[in-house]
Formats: sequence, structure tokens, C-alpha cells
Amino acid sequence: MTLVINGETVAVPDEVKTVGDLLAHFRLENKLCIVEVNVRIIQKHEYGTTALCDGDRVEIVHFVGGG
Amino acid sequence: MNERYSRQQLFAPIGEEGQKKIREKHVVLIGAGALGTGNAEALVRAGIGKLTIIDRDYVEWSNLQRQQLYSEADAKERLPKAIAAKRRLEQINSEVEIEAIVGDAGPEELETIAVKQRPDLWIDATDNFDTRLVINDVAYKYNIPWIYGACVGSYGLSCAFIPNRTPCLYCLLETVPQGGLTCDTAGIISPAVQMVVSYQMAEALKILVEDWSALRGKLVSFDLWTNEYAAIRIDGVKKDGCPTCGRHPSYPFLSYEQRTKTAVLCGRDSVQIRPPARREYDLNEVAELFRRQGLQAEANPYLVSVSLGDKRLVVFRDGRALVHGTKDVQEAKAIYYRYLG
Repeated sequence: MTLVINGETVAVPDEVKTVGDLLAHFRLENKLCIVEVNVRIIQKHEYGTTALCDGDRVEIVHFVGGG
Repeated sequence: MNERYSRQQLFAPIGEEGQKKIREKHVVLIGAGALGTGNAEALVRAGIGKLTIIDRDYVEWSNLQRQQLYSEADAKERLPKAIAAKRRLEQINSEVEIEAIVGDAGPEELETIAVKQRPDLWIDATDNFDTRLVINDVAYKYNIPWIYGACVGSYGLSCAFIPNRTPCLYCLLETVPQGGLTCDTAGIISPAVQMVVSYQMAEALKILVEDWSALRGKLVSFDLWTNEYAAIRIDGVKKDGCPTCGRHPSYPFLSYEQRTKTAVLCGRDSVQIRPPARREYDLNEVAELFRRQGLQAEANPYLVSVSLGDKRLVVFRDGRALVHGTKDVQEAKAIYYRYLG
């Protein structure tokens, strides 16, 4: 499947079916993230049930503390 | 027209009117590290009326690579950052009133500033989420905007939070970040700092000239090494039940229980200890106390530093102490009470 992640076209493996899978794929599952799919912010409890489709536009921002 | 601000006034969205507004504004900067010094210099050059800088730390050699207001002399003297920043900023623009606070930005301190001084804007330049959630609560309780900024490595992000206009940080985070999760030791390059400062400062100028419609309204992030960029519109995440900006706010991070007495400093291998009651220490006496125990103590007017084998204890005038060389709160407390109990 091909997704547009943070503006870049990225091919992800077939196992990635949900937002939760995508975060695990990028090893971001334990990071503090905000995820938007097609301009809608996905709530944390929806990660496992929000399916991704070919061509979806995904924005991922993870929080860091330093300053 | 004051020549000093002529180029800023020629910029149409600011103009002469905007410059007058900037001149009347009071900004509180929380933290005087990398983001803090960058924001401070930009705010002072822009000609704000007053800048309050709060920082609990002192200048070290490892700061000089990116903390733009500090010099080698500041690191040699171990000057508190708020003091060193004030000195440099007064050389840059003597028209701006600078207030330096050497201390913690806890709930009591920030609420006192909010009530007594009614600042126009808070800028976050801290290195931890505990303090950010306190800023978030104070900002929404007293209806004062604040601007989040953070960076690590070549990555950074920023977002402006405006009471009555945008959701708050708590809405975005949903859960409170656990300690350590965001504590990065991955290093930092100065362009990542400058980029976050630029995002924060642009939103700050819009807020100071009250050009609300120009605000970005997005959480923005970038990575200058992998060349990535992301932006998420935040207005959709507002939650009615939010304890900070919901219908019945309780401001949980201002409560007594949240007034942490100890804090592990991010990436510093250091623990801070705050005494339960605020008191003024005579630093000469403290230094003498250490010397009588055969220890090497160095003092400046703001702090005393003493070496204890692989640990170092630094005591500030307000009784606060930093124990370097440990991340263990219990061990740090033991050292603190052994010498200052």
C-alpha cells in the first residue's frame, strides 16, 4: 500500500492495515504522537480500528520535551 | 519613526500601530536554554516593553554551542542563566525592561506572575512536560496565550495555544507523558533550535500585534536532517471534558499535589531538590560550612558549588539544590540532607 506520509509518498508493507500498525512499523507506538488521516485527527482509542487505504494522506507529529 | 524598528514597521502587517502594541507588551519566557535565549533575543530586538525570564539553572560549557546569549565568561563563573541572559539583553536593547528570576517555574510562581503582572504572553522554552502542563493550566485559567516549542536532534515542533480560540495542550496529549518518555539524550543541532524559535517568534509577533486571524492554528513539526515536514490543524481536538479548557475546568496541574519537590533534569544526569519552605540562604555561610568539612566549595553571588567525588552539589540562594551525577531522587535527597539537612 502507498500512503502520503507528511507530504512524502511512502510504500508500506502489506501487514500495515491500521493506524496502530503504521505507528508500530515506524516504531512510534510508545511515543507521544498526534496522527491525522485525510485531515481528521485520530483519537488514541481509534488507532487499532482506523483502517488505512491506498493513497491516504497521513500526518504524524510526535512530541519531544527538549528545549 | 524610531530608526531602530524601521524595518519591522515597514512590514505591512505590523506597521507603526503594531510597533506601538509590541512596545506595550509584557512577555514571560519560561526557560533560558537554547529556545529561551533565541526567543529572548528576538523579543528584545523587536522592542517589547518588558521581558520576564525564569530559569533554575546556570551556564555550563555544553550550553555554548547553541544558547546564543552566553559567553565563555558566563560558563567559567557558573552564572545563573537568567542573570547572564539579562546582562546580555540589556546590551542589545536598553529600552526593554528585563526581569530575571533565578528559580523554578512552578504553579505558585507562575500564578503569582499571572495575578500580579497580567502578562500578555507566555513562551515555553522549558525541557519538560511537567512544567508545560503547569503553563497550560495557568494560561487557560488567566486567559493568557502561550506558545509551545521543543526540539531534539534535528527535529522540532511548535504550537500556539490561545484560550477561547484553540484547544489546549492537554486536549492534544490526552494522557500525561510519563517521565523519561520525552527525556532525550540524542543531542541537538542549533538549526533545529533556530527553526523552533522562528515558529514561536512568528506566532508571538502575531499575538503581540493582535493579528489573530494570521495565526497558524496548526501543530507544526520538521526534521532538518531527513527533510520532513508535517502540520496538523488542531481545532478539531477540543474536548468538552478537558480539565484545563473544558466546560468545568479544575486546572489539575496547579493543585497542591502537583507541586513537585524534586525533579530529574532531562538529559542532565541531575536531580533538583526544592526545600518545602522558601528561605534565603547566606551563601558565604553555606560555602564556609562546606569548607569546614574539608570540601572544595566555589561560590558566586547566586550559588555555591561543591565537589563530592563523582557527584556535585550546587546550592542556590533560595535553598534549591541541584545534585549532579545521579538520576536517583533518593540518592540525591540523601546527599542534600547530609549537607544541608
